[in-house]
Amino acid sequence: MSDPHTVKAFDHDLQELSRMIAEMGGMAEKQVADAVDALARRDSTLAQRVAAADASIDTLQRELEEKAVLTIARRQPVASDLREVVGTLRIAGDLERIGDLAKNIAKRVLALGGEFPPPKLIRGVEHMTDLLLAQLKLVLNAYARRSNEEAMAVWRADEEIDAVCTSVFRELLTYMMEDPRNISFCIHLLFCAKNIERMGDHATNIAETVHYVIEGRPLTDQRPKGDTTGFASMRVAGEG
Amino acid sequence: MTTVEFTTPAAYNAPLTAADLSEKITVRGLDFYYGDNRALKNVNISLYKSCVTAFIGPSGCGKSTLLRVLNRMYDLYPNQRATGHVTLDGEDILLPSQDLNLLRSKVGMVFQKPTPFPMTIYENIAFGIRLYEKLPKSELDDRVKSALERSALWNEVKDKLNANGLSLSGGQQQRLCIARTVAVRPEVILFDEPCSALDPISTAKIEELISELTDDYTIGIVTHNMQQAARVSDFTAFMYLGELIEFGETSRMFTNPNDRRTQDYITGRFG
Repeated sequence: MSDPHTVKAFDHDLQELSRMIAEMGGMAEKQVADAVDALARRDSTLAQRVAAADASIDTLQRELEEKAVLTIARRQPVASDLREVVGTLRIAGDLERIGDLAKNIAKRVLALGGEFPPPKLIRGVEHMTDLLLAQLKLVLNAYARRSNEEAMAVWRADEEIDAVCTSVFRELLTYMMEDPRNISFCIHLLFCAKNIERMGDHATNIAETVHYVIEGRPLTDQRPKGDTTGFASMRVAGEG
Repeated sequence: MTTVEFTTPAAYNAPLTAADLSEKITVRGLDFYYGDNRALKNVNISLYKSCVTAFIGPSGCGKSTLLRVLNRMYDLYPNQRATGHVTLDGEDILLPSQDLNLLRSKVGMVFQKPTPFPMTIYENIAFGIRLYEKLPKSELDDRVKSALERSALWNEVKDKLNANGLSLSGGQQQRLCIARTVAVRPEVILFDEPCSALDPISTAKIEELISELTDDYTIGIVTHNMQQAARVSDFTAFMYLGELIEFGETSRMFTNPNDRRTQDYITGRFG
C-alpha cells in the first residue's frame, strides 16, 4: 500500500475491506479443513457444524459487498484504489464459493451415514486437501502482503492439484471395479475431489485478482494445466 | 518528454487507436513566462480532432495557462510571453503574424464564471456572429436558434429571447456562453472550469453538451473535478508545477496511470 490519503477515512474504508477479506479467508480455510476432517473420520456432528457455519461466510460476504458499494459511492475511488475495492469484491466471491464447496463436502458426509469403507480410499482426497489448503494460505498471504510474486507462485502451482485430482479419479475407479460395495462411497469421494479441484481454481482466481490489483492489468497468459489426458478420460467415463 | 500510449489491450474498452486520430492542435517545446516566472516548462502535447482532452493537476500547475496559450488570450496582458511551437492544423499560432481575431474565432473559450454580456439573450449570441459575418436577419435568427439548440438552452429561453442574459440562472448563463461560443462556428472549444460554479444538474447538462459537441469540435477542458475529467474526456493530461507529467487515454489514466505522481494526485494522496 502506498502513501495515506489526504482524507484519512478513505484509508480506513480500504483497510476495513482488506480486513474483511482476511476474516473471510480464515473462515473459508477452517471450513475446508473441517469438512475434509469430518469426511475422514465420518464425523457427522462436525459435518453438521460445517454445514451450518457456511451461513456466516455468506453474511460476511454480503457485509463486504455493502461496504464496497458504499465506498465506491462515497469515495469514488480511481486507479489503484478502485482496483483495491473491485479486488475485494471479486475475492469475496471466490471465498464464498469455496465455503459453498466445503459445505457440499460436509453434506456428503451426512449422506454417507454409517458407511465405513477402508481408510486408504480417502488418502488421495486428503492429499488434495493438503495441497489446496497450502495454496489458499499462500494466496491469502499474497493478498495481505500485496505480493505479485507470491500470487503468481500460487497461480502456477494449481497444476499440481489438477494432476492429483486426475490420479484420485483413476484410483477410485480401480476401487470401484475391485468391489462394487465401494461404489456409493467412491462416487461421493469423487465429487469431494472435484469440489477441492474447484476450490483450487478459486484460489487461482484470487491470485489473478491480486495480480490485477497490483499491476493494473488483467492476467492474460494461459495458466499451466494438469494432466489433460486424464481429464479427457474422466469426461468420457462420466458421459459414458 | 511524454508520449501517448496506445498499447492498452482490448479488455480496456479503448475505442481509440492511433489510426483514428488526427492532431488538431500540436504543442511542442512550449515555455510560458509571467514576467520572469516560468509557468510552463517544455510542454509537448497534442489535442486530437473530435476528442475531449482534460487537463488536471493541482492549483498553479499551469493547466489554465496552457489553455490560455492555445488561443493567445495572454496577448491581452503585458509581460506575458510564450516560446516554442503551437500549431493549429499545421500553422504556428504563436507567430506575431497570426491574426488574433481569426484565431479566436477558430478557438473559442468558455470560462469558469459565466460571463454573459449585459444585453438580451438574442444579442448575446448575435453579437459574436456579427463580428465575423454579415448575415440577413432571417439567417441570423436561424444561427441564434441553432446555437441555442446545440447548447441545450433553446427550450428554456425560446419565449424570452429579449430578456437580459443576466436574468438567467447560473447554469443557463453558462450554457448561454457556450451557445455564444458555438455560434461563431469555431473548430476548437476550450473550457476553463466550466462547471465549478454550477449545481449538479446544470453540470450534468454541460457534460452532456460537451459529449454532443465532440462530433464537430475539438475540445479542451480544465477541471478540478477528477470525476468530471474521467466522465467527459477521451484523453487526460496531468500537469504539475508547470510540467506535463503524463498524458494518455482517460480509460487508462484513471485505472492504471504510469506515473506515481499521477496516481497520487487522482487517488487523493497528494501533498
